[in-house]
Amino acid sequence: MSKADRQLMIELENVDKFFGSFQALKGVNLTVGKGEKVVVCGPSGSGKSTLIRCINRLEQHNNGKIVVNGHELTGAVKDIDAVRREVGMVFQSFNLFPHLTVIDNLMLAPKLVRKTPKAENRKKAMRLLERVKIPEQADKWPSQLSGGQQQRVAIARALCMNPEIILFDEPTSALDPEMISEVLDVMIDLAREGMTMICVSHEMGFARSVADNVVFMDEGEIVESGPPGTFFDNPKNDRTKLFLKQILSH
Amino acid sequence: MSFDIELILDSIPKMLVGIGLTFELLFLSLALGTALGIFLLILRISGRWYLAAPTMVYIYIFRGTPILVQIFIIYYGLPQLEFVRDSIFWPILKEPFGCAIVALSLNTGAYLSEIFRGGVLGVDRGLTEAAAALGISVRQRFIYITSPIAIRLCLPAYSNDVVSLMKSTALASTITLLDMMGIARTIVAETYAPYEVFISVMVIYLVITWAIQRTFAWIEKRMSRHVRREA
Repeated sequence: MSKADRQLMIELENVDKFFGSFQALKGVNLTVGKGEKVVVCGPSGSGKSTLIRCINRLEQHNNGKIVVNGHELTGAVKDIDAVRREVGMVFQSFNLFPHLTVIDNLMLAPKLVRKTPKAENRKKAMRLLERVKIPEQADKWPSQLSGGQQQRVAIARALCMNPEIILFDEPTSALDPEMISEVLDVMIDLAREGMTMICVSHEMGFARSVADNVVFMDEGEIVESGPPGTFFDNPKNDRTKLFLKQILSH
Repeated sequence: MSFDIELILDSIPKMLVGIGLTFELLFLSLALGTALGIFLLILRISGRWYLAAPTMVYIYIFRGTPILVQIFIIYYGLPQLEFVRDSIFWPILKEPFGCAIVALSLNTGAYLSEIFRGGVLGVDRGLTEAAAALGISVRQRFIYITSPIAIRLCLPAYSNDVVSLMKSTALASTITLLDMMGIARTIVAETYAPYEVFISVMVIYLVITWAIQRTFAWIEKRMSRHVRREA
């Protein structure tokens, strides 16, 4: 796709975020085009999670501008809800609703937000559970599933709202090693289907094979970014080099 | 000393006449207290200081003073005030039953709102965030996510409070009501046998406590299906 055709889904311009006196984001600029996949990496405390949490306004930025699919994020509740309907999110700790069965987890938001009929929601939820390869778990409680299964349910739950964009906040960090690939496989499928994705992750293999753009953050700043080929094989910044050495050495 | 078994067997049925009043006091003030507790909780977590601050003062006063004192102030104190006698609440406050219900409800409401708040604070923030990220509104989050989980979390404390409220109903006998305790005190006045009579009333209270605890244990078991793993 040529540069001119690039339809911007997310624009961040000089975004600052403070927690008290601590500055978590320092003048962050980032654009994500439709269908692009961005992987954000960096040491813990570098502001990666804060960055994506600002995009669906789980955190409010203090300065700068964030535009998501044409909606500028301001204080207006209407805009926030509009953005959240279009932006799905998958969390490190799954955050499935423990008091609802798997299928009810998927059906809740369409019922409350889209107000679509129950039969339609159920059909769609089942289709998505098939897509993440666990339709047989539909009537179980989240606590009865493995971590990998729970995270796949969480992805299906986000998809139920037909998002244009999905944010992943370290989706595999809380998983046992043998379950990581089943979650990554689902994410790779989504990427192939053209979903716009921002993924905070240290899965460098995933970044290399899926990302259009890899972003390295440290101390609240984007230190370096680029396509995976350049980023991994030819990092320019010393902090990036050190980080890559540490993460790839084991 | 002699111990009159017959008197015990005799007085239990007499006191059971008052069990209806005990239950009326219990269920009515539990219902009103629960409603008040939810109302106070919402004010408390509203995030607006001018709603939260008076609520905290209220809770502090009602948890910080003996319920017997509260009953006496409402029963003996309020009728002294002319504007109370002129108010629409007078039909309730002129009867000892009304006073007992008001005192027990106000007191229980204060305790329950703190129990509910504990439950709400115990709900994992990640869950409400996940709901927010799906576009679910603040109000819907409270109804569909926070409340059902908070209710499960505060059920054990709630059942304790029901038992404690049930025992507090005995204080209604101090303002002339003939609940089980009131009847027991009348029988003691007639027979001069406090030992047998009060033991009988104790047995009845114990049975009621047991029933309350069994009921809540059953509810808790039903409501925590989702955390029981079927291995």
